[in-house]
Amino acid sequence: MKQDTVTLAHGAGGAQTSELIDRVFKAHFANPDFTGDDAAVLSLSGKKMAFSTDGFIVSPFEFPGGNIGKLSICGTVNDLACMGAKPKYLSCAFVIEEGFPMDKLEEIAAAMEKTAAEAGVRIVAGDTKVAGKGQVDKIFITTSGVGEIMENANTSGTYAKPGDAIIVTGDVGRHGCTILLARDEFGIEAPDVDSDCAPLWGTVEEMFKTTSDIHVIRDATRGGVGTVLYEIAEQSKVGIKLDSKSVPVADGVKGVCGMLGLEPLYLACEGRLVVFAPAEVAPALVETLRKCPYSKNAAIIGEVIADQVGKVVMTTEIGAQTLLPRPGGELLPRIC
Amino acid sequence: MLEAKKIVESYSGRPLRVMEVCGTHTHEIFRLGIRKILPENLKLISGPGCPVCVTPVGYIDKAIQLALMENTIICTFGDLIRVPGTETSLAGARSKGAEIRTVYSPMDALALAKDQPEKQVIFLSVGFETTVPGACLAVKKAKKSGIKNFSILTANKTMPMAYNALHDSADAFLFPGHVSVITGTKLYEELREKGVSGVVAGFTAEEVLTALAVIVQESQKGKPFFRNCYPSVVKPDGNPLAMQVTAEIMEPCDSEWRGLGVIPQSGLKLRTEYQEYDADLRFNLPPTEGRGNPACRCGEILRGDCCPKDCPLFGKVCTPLHPVGACMVSGEGTCSAYYQYGEL
Repeated sequence: MKQDTVTLAHGAGGAQTSELIDRVFKAHFANPDFTGDDAAVLSLSGKKMAFSTDGFIVSPFEFPGGNIGKLSICGTVNDLACMGAKPKYLSCAFVIEEGFPMDKLEEIAAAMEKTAAEAGVRIVAGDTKVAGKGQVDKIFITTSGVGEIMENANTSGTYAKPGDAIIVTGDVGRHGCTILLARDEFGIEAPDVDSDCAPLWGTVEEMFKTTSDIHVIRDATRGGVGTVLYEIAEQSKVGIKLDSKSVPVADGVKGVCGMLGLEPLYLACEGRLVVFAPAEVAPALVETLRKCPYSKNAAIIGEVIADQVGKVVMTTEIGAQTLLPRPGGELLPRIC
Repeated sequence: MLEAKKIVESYSGRPLRVMEVCGTHTHEIFRLGIRKILPENLKLISGPGCPVCVTPVGYIDKAIQLALMENTIICTFGDLIRVPGTETSLAGARSKGAEIRTVYSPMDALALAKDQPEKQVIFLSVGFETTVPGACLAVKKAKKSGIKNFSILTANKTMPMAYNALHDSADAFLFPGHVSVITGTKLYEELREKGVSGVVAGFTAEEVLTALAVIVQESQKGKPFFRNCYPSVVKPDGNPLAMQVTAEIMEPCDSEWRGLGVIPQSGLKLRTEYQEYDADLRFNLPPTEGRGNPACRCGEILRGDCCPKDCPLFGKVCTPLHPVGACMVSGEGTCSAYYQYGEL
């Protein structure tokens, strides 16, 4: 008889563990490099590699626009893509709470399969642990990944230069706003707000086909675009001039933020990149981005300046200049 | 909007002090950089508009006492948790084991009381005309449903008497858009009769600039004025239903405002028939004399007598991560806004 929830026995390492792996994970992740051995054996090309890892504990684990499975693939794929690396292999480790519904685990694995296929990455190793009731909140996933850096890519958070244009690849704050509403604490409904969670390797590949002259790519996850801007201003020792009117924000997100007193620039995204590239190539990049599926609203939102080092100076909608407030300590809990 | 901006930017008449008395106005004015386009002779003063900022230290001390009692759960709007009391804050009490929950509505606190009948659930009722009706509804519902383990600790304030108290600090007020939705505008007509000028303003760039432009133009006529520049939502009669429920459950009382002292009839307390829901009485709390940090100048800042940069603590020991005074805690506090949007 098929069990309909995950039990401690599924994590004990015996027959039921094998059954769970066969039934859920192998069924969805099977590929020539996914084996039953202790470690995946991979051949690397001798090119430069990028390697990254990320843990996912989002609550709730499913939300409009995705679930923790999709998120866990996108997170690591996008981290690799930001270094100009084509994602090749991923590992994933699950910590599942005893009693977790088996059909939900299936849905999560299916979302991972679909997202990995879209990103062209293979899941080659994994681990499953089951924790007692109350020891974790439903399901946590950690993914690690390696990617092959493209020959013409050379990006780093320290490479932003005065004269660079700053591009954001779509409207900001969607994921954070979606999770906030999905928690159902505010009694606000915004049916048109869903997570921007998306795998962005394809987008980055298209950008590098347009130009090699890209200095920084960073995905705006926790802390949102505002946090990325401050990080880059500090790492590259430059100032940033931001034009608040150019920052794309969906009407639904704007409305929710207005009601709750939140700044969309500080809400998490899970499918948005902030790109720094010389002003001369920026229009072509934006044109390319607008043809890609996840960046139709790409826009130039600012420029890098030599003075005001470490600061983000914002031109407000009335044309006054003010500082973008620094990222605060009160981030929303568990958004990714 | 461009025209309003031009009128405000090019004002060259006598020096004019405009006080905003709504935390959301303070925040939006800073976010939009409106102060940065004002000429020398037009000054914006952030008055006592943030409910967290005007709540006196003694109230925080009482809330902490309640939090540290056995079997109590404190429910509060989030900002209040970090406001320093005399010795510690509610956050400090929480680290000692007190159960403190953030809620978004007093009804959430009432629901919690229903779920946990063995606990005493106390809602910290702060805020102006906008938030009071919610607390009143919760008390009314508690009485109707016979929920006995719910109570509220009140420090609610109303604006009318505060305008009189602040009359000398400003030449005109930017009346609060949200509060006016509830109270209506008759009060402002009465204030004009007493020589108090002001304009009800909304919250977008266009609405705030338009209100300022109207103040600039009306001020030049040399007599007290009132204009409603947010007529899409602010009506003369306000929201009678909200005012009715407030009047049914609460009545005016003298109230202490941080920085302004006791202003007669500027607060609200539960009426006699609802006093069983007053946490102060239920737990027989002794009177408190809260003491803030003596170097903190929040009080003067709330009166518009000095600016955050005049305070020796500002930006040094007092920051949004480690606030000393209430005005640094809430995102709507004057010190917090100065700190966040800072100098270029």
